[in-house]
Amino acid sequence: MRGEGFFVFLARITESPDRADLLKSVNKMAKSKSGIQKYQAPPRGKPEPVRDGATVSGARALMESLKAQGTEVVFGVPGGVMIPAYDVLYDEGGLSHILVGHEQGGAHMADGFARVTGKVGVCFATSGPGATNLVTGIANAMMDSIPMVAVTGQVRTTAIGKDAFQEADITGITMPITKHNYLVTESSQIPRVIAEAFYIARTGRPGPVLVDVPMDVALNKMQYHTVPDVKMRSYNPQTAVNLDGVEEAARLIAEATRGVIYVGGGAINSGAWKEVRELARRTNFPVTTTLLAKGAFDETDPLSLGMLGMHGTAYANYAVRDCDLLINIGARFDDRVTGKIDAWAVGAKSIHIDIDPAEIGKVYIPDVALVGDCREALEALLSCVNERPRTEWNDQIDQWKQDFPLWYAADQDEVILPQMVCDELWKATKGEAIMATGVGQHQMWAAQFYKCRHPRTFVTSGGLGTMGFGLPSAIGAAVGAPDRTVWCIDGDGSFMMTNQELAPARQHKIPVKVAILNNQCLGMVRQWQTMFWDHRLSAIDLSHQPDFVKLAEAYGAVGLRAEKPSEVRGVIEKAMEVNDRPVIVDFRVARHENCLPMIPAGQTVEQMILDRPRKSIG
Amino acid sequence: MPKVASKIGSIGQQHTITVLVENRPGVLARVAGLFARRGYNVDSLAVSITDDPTISRMTVVASGDEQTLDQISKQLTKLIDVIRVADYTDAPMMERELALIKVDADTTKRGEVMQLVDIFRAKIIDISETTFTIEVTGDVEKINAIERMLEPYGIREMVRTGRIALIRGARTAIQT
Ligand SMILES: Cc1ncc(C[n+]2csc(CCOP(=O)(O)OP(=O)(O)O)c2C)c(N)n1
Repeated sequence: MRGEGFFVFLARITESPDRADLLKSVNKMAKSKSGIQKYQAPPRGKPEPVRDGATVSGARALMESLKAQGTEVVFGVPGGVMIPAYDVLYDEGGLSHILVGHEQGGAHMADGFARVTGKVGVCFATSGPGATNLVTGIANAMMDSIPMVAVTGQVRTTAIGKDAFQEADITGITMPITKHNYLVTESSQIPRVIAEAFYIARTGRPGPVLVDVPMDVALNKMQYHTVPDVKMRSYNPQTAVNLDGVEEAARLIAEATRGVIYVGGGAINSGAWKEVRELARRTNFPVTTTLLAKGAFDETDPLSLGMLGMHGTAYANYAVRDCDLLINIGARFDDRVTGKIDAWAVGAKSIHIDIDPAEIGKVYIPDVALVGDCREALEALLSCVNERPRTEWNDQIDQWKQDFPLWYAADQDEVILPQMVCDELWKATKGEAIMATGVGQHQMWAAQFYKCRHPRTFVTSGGLGTMGFGLPSAIGAAVGAPDRTVWCIDGDGSFMMTNQELAPARQHKIPVKVAILNNQCLGMVRQWQTMFWDHRLSAIDLSHQPDFVKLAEAYGAVGLRAEKPSEVRGVIEKAMEVNDRPVIVDFRVARHENCLPMIPAGQTVEQMILDRPRKSIG
Repeated sequence: MPKVASKIGSIGQQHTITVLVENRPGVLARVAGLFARRGYNVDSLAVSITDDPTISRMTVVASGDEQTLDQISKQLTKLIDVIRVADYTDAPMMERELALIKVDADTTKRGEVMQLVDIFRAKIIDISETTFTIEVTGDVEKINAIERMLEPYGIREMVRTGRIALIRGARTAIQT
């Protein structure tokens, strides 16, 4: 109802104990010449630092606790019950806040920030719809084991369970998609809960933790105490490696003739890239990475097999098929990697290194399991692994690489092939950029053609496959790594899901560059319908999407377009010149290109669909 | 040894698992939710406080093959509020369950029912013109047996606590 808000406001005034204050501020508004909206109280200036034992509000304690954990930036949207926290932020130095367009975007930004920095990403949302808007972002972080703390407002403790306005049981809702969550019931719990939340989020197998803070808990006064270190009897993330398996693993490595190193996101989380490289050097075993581990091993290294799995390279999948030893470092035998698991790497012995004991034997039963931090486990392992020369196995791999390279028809001059854009982006950035992606064909092409050279530079939604992850995660990545060039290879469908985040990117002059591989359709779905559903192209047409160049301009970003292959390099260069605002490049690409190779879901490498190269890209 | 983990819902032996958890709101939902979403079969679940007011104890009876049970234990351990998970199946343990059974017992049947109650060392704890309510404690077989024997008389209602278990001797769950 119109005017309702104003009546509520008046009701608040008459109710409020600080009635005089409120009336004063209303009078100020009325006096301000250019209308009441204009008046804004100035911040009170940086508050006194909170001393140990000082009496402060729960909200102040919350901010203080976040800072104590090293938080520098928060992505969020305020709302009724979060106003106490945002009120503290108003005066606060040392904690920046980025007001996002949608809480999902905020969660993805925190996620992208965490992926490139290795730190815990933090996002805020208000109760009810604010909190439920976070759900996709939290689930995404959970599936990819990304450290994140989400703080949500909640209705007053006295209103919980009464279906109060904007009440949602967010701890109940996020129970299966968080590593842990908290509903804080007393202000005094805040410092400990925040310290535990960060500790849980970043240790062991990382993951998202949600902290739900009711309004009264934020308002009530409490005595602030710093939490020097966290001890929890019910949570002891195992980091010491069980060393009994190490010798056995070394023996398997010594005995193997056709080893393959299969690296997953755990290697990135534990910072094990030096050790992965050393293991590869010493054994001459080729290295394949999952989508999430791209960058854990330099993909330009001759021992690199690139990505494996459904859209992995043929040679990675052949290598896994024929290997006699599979060394899994922090990967989880995902079905998009293995296809039909009963037919996967059947002749191989296997070593599985993972910090999460529950990963051992969840899908695939290894001959040797090393439970512990990947880096520490590899260090231990390396102390008993000897140099091995190149063998026929390496020759075989090189032969496959020659016979089945990733390729695209580079001789097109009418229509841009999406693979070409990925390839040109790789060439333009020399693999030194941070690359984020949406979800779909473009993501797989990015994984195939953008060869990652460094860890924490490929930001993509693996486990959940969340369309819309690209732009916000790229923004979060740019906030975390302001000195790096950040690109996002996006699909037109994915981009439409979260493009509102161009507004905060513009506001904060974040120069993310989005390459939309615009095929005017939900390409990956179209590909499946074409290949496995008799060309019945149902609900995939996006030809009525907005003009992305104009959309970019509407946001105050730079909009560019390329329609011919000859224009691709030029627009990439132009985009690279912009460093004070986001850039959207609308690459009009072939509509009906399929992403290959492909092992259809649930099948084996024998059913891999390959196109013979017409022209290798060299 | 098979390389591939067994499918969810695979049948196998029954296991009795003791789970010590932080006595906090929501912890039961966390444990129950885990079983539901990972597709594990729960045959019974008993929850209670313990001698330590900060710890609650759950006794879960679940069935599945070795790998499934191994996963259940590991996934339970992963829950942040879980302090200890102990699978008692191969340990010397004492298992008990309590049942209350409301059975038809009009004047014509009373004598027979009372005899049965005696044989099972159960107790009649309530009586009406037409019914007895019987309390019986014992291991699962005993409860199943008395239920079978009472069935012909007409069981109106029955409730079982679910199994609880302790390990024999001086050892405790924390030490297993
Ligand atoms: C949020 C969400 N909704 C639906 C899907 C299912 N899905 C997977 S790929 C895809 C099409 C993606 O289209 P686009 O972003 O244009 O990328 P393209 O495949 O064309 O490169 C869809 C709808 C998903 N992964 N995520």
